Amino acid sequence: MSEFATIFIGMVLINNFILMRFLGLCPFFGVSKKIGSAVSMGVAVTFVMTIASIATWLIHNHILVPFDIEYMDIVIYILVIATLVQVIEIFIKKTNANLYFAFGIYLPLITTNCAVLGITLINATEGYSFTGSIVAALGGGLGFTLVLAMMSGIREKLELANTPKSMRGLPIAFITATLLGLAFQGFGGML
Amino acid sequence: MGKFGKEFAKGLIISNPVFVLALGLCPVLAISTSIDNALGMTLAVLIVLLGANVIISLIRRFVPSITRIPIFIVIIATLVTVVNLIFHARFPDLYESLGIFLPLVVVNCIILGRAEAFASKNPILNSIADALGITVGFMLALLIISFLRQILGTGNLAVFGIHFFDLPVLKEHPIVIFILPPGAFLLIGLIMALFRRTGVMKE
Repeated sequence: MSEFATIFIGMVLINNFILMRFLGLCPFFGVSKKIGSAVSMGVAVTFVMTIASIATWLIHNHILVPFDIEYMDIVIYILVIATLVQVIEIFIKKTNANLYFAFGIYLPLITTNCAVLGITLINATEGYSFTGSIVAALGGGLGFTLVLAMMSGIREKLELANTPKSMRGLPIAFITATLLGLAFQGFGGML
Repeated sequence: MGKFGKEFAKGLIISNPVFVLALGLCPVLAISTSIDNALGMTLAVLIVLLGANVIISLIRRFVPSITRIPIFIVIIATLVTVVNLIFHARFPDLYESLGIFLPLVVVNCIILGRAEAFASKNPILNSIADALGITVGFMLALLIISFLRQILGTGNLAVFGIHFFDLPVLKEHPIVIFILPPGAFLLIGLIMALFRRTGVMKE
């Protein structure tokens, strides 16, 4: 149990996907203007990350390793993720229309989100067990959602602040990310 | 030749992929801790982007538009696998320090973006110029950031084992934040603000 707790806390706080590993920065700066859309994006990413981790773990350990073709992992993972995103989109569209409109445009964007391909590659290089990789994906997704929500809360307030002209928009968002990152650096000594 | 030069030059400043278009930020922030890493990443992006642009420009008339994105992704992923294997065999140190960001070149928005926006619509020579220009722009951005981060964060300048100089005070007391992750955000934010201030970048 403590092994999973270590992976989980490590993924959420210490090696936070956005602030420490720099994975998934495009949505971080693109979708973090409103808190509602930030949370939707975070949930969608967490969901796809978890399903992708399960699928790629099975493929890695039951197809790639027995046939000794581990060098094919990049091509196979990206195809699996792209297919999964399509399938999830069709499934949600047919079963739950409200959820489909909530996720909306975010789902197709997830295919090229480096957080999803990142977690599958991290699972493979760290050699996590089946449960371990699910815990890692959930932790990574939660950390992603947490920082995205924090950032969008701050940016909503920043819209009203009197920022210098050349700092408005992206530059001040980067400076905000610096301060958040410094705060998260403090979690480094936890484990 | 004038067209070739124009396509090449636009990637440097006007549509600099990093500072102006804000594309492909993940690798730029993550691996800009040293100049070695920056050059290694540039080499990887050069091979993949050049290869992808050439192949996609050649097959652009045969690819049905409805399935073009999956086809582009498979081409890019194959090229990245090739680069990954070359780096593993030839530059094991770089392979180690670039870590998962070498395979993650697959999902770098710059590459798919150029394939979709440029190579799938333009002849081969212009696509090569576009790839070279964008790569040089990417390299410029990476070099500026990694140079500053290495100098401020460690106090010395050394590239691939060749030592250039030490800075007097920073050598003993480096500003460690610059090689930590938050320093990367700080530097990019300041450089972007500078680009806007000087009027290169529109709001």
